[in-house]
Amino acid sequence: MTLSPDVDRRFREAAVTLGLVDMGFDVVESPVGELFVAVSDRGLAAISYDTVPDLQLERLARIAGPCVLRSPRTVDVARRELDEYFEGKRRAFDLTLDLRALPPFTVTVLHELARVPYGETTTYGALASRVGRPRAARAVGTVMNRNRIPIVLPCHRVVGAGGDLVGYGGGLERKTALLTLEGAL
Amino acid sequence: MVMMHGVAIPPFERFYEQHRAEVLRLLRRQLGAERAEDAFQETFLRALQAYRRIEHGEHLRAWVLTIARNVAIDMGRRTRPGGELVETAAEDGTSAYAELAHLTDGLPAKERAAVVLRYGYDLSYDQIAAALGSSPGAARQAASTGVRRLRRRTS
Repeated sequence: MTLSPDVDRRFREAAVTLGLVDMGFDVVESPVGELFVAVSDRGLAAISYDTVPDLQLERLARIAGPCVLRSPRTVDVARRELDEYFEGKRRAFDLTLDLRALPPFTVTVLHELARVPYGETTTYGALASRVGRPRAARAVGTVMNRNRIPIVLPCHRVVGAGGDLVGYGGGLERKTALLTLEGAL
Repeated sequence: MVMMHGVAIPPFERFYEQHRAEVLRLLRRQLGAERAEDAFQETFLRALQAYRRIEHGEHLRAWVLTIARNVAIDMGRRTRPGGELVETAAEDGTSAYAELAHLTDGLPAKERAAVVLRYGYDLSYDQIAAALGSSPGAARQAASTGVRRLRRRTS
């Protein structure tokens, strides 16, 4: 016996309307592949290139609580801004971010990262200097690698001192695609 | 695998995916296809409402089926003759619950459900309240009245 899509949708809608959902998520189409996008009442909490939800759900539950539910409506605003970004119509995101449960150093680095402008790149070392830890380039690299909200927090704009792209959580192909979209390559 | 306590609470999405088909089957049997849809929504909303306060991930199936039965009753249709509020079929082939179900046979439905969910399934009163559509205080009351009734019966 199968559940009709309509009944399923009505439940998910009602759950969000009643404020019972700690974290809503959905999969968003993009030119760099499907994105797993999660939004809490505090803001955008996660974007992942890995759309198999199993591990993601556990991770979200640890951040926000167990009421994690797929619900297209909660990610509508983020979806629209991502669409505009990929169409080249948006250079900055107006989304509040949920950076709960991240260590203070990580939050400091991510705030600085958010200031790297569209279409430009910086280096791990430069970012380290800007947070007052000039010798912490490697630690900054780790923060980039674990960035919970790629694209919106633009870790793709951080490259090696020699100008090579170095690495990207979503794979170098995606990093290249994002920088090309922004005209940085 | 025996892990009575400390079983992680699954993210609600997983809980929902795992139990929605069975819940819908039960509600269709009891209410017919059309009214089952409203009852389905009500069941999972009640579960979601209590989900933040549950203490462990054990017996979630029994819990959600109990909610569904109770929602069906609230929607104005009696369960099958002899139908029970609480899901007493053992999930893993062990007989502890069956034994408790036997002991509590003959208690009023709500009291029996409260006793079995509390002492058989180790659910919190918050969770039991969600299942019975009552307050945690009323759930506690139902469990203790049930236990007192059992004591009188066995003494």
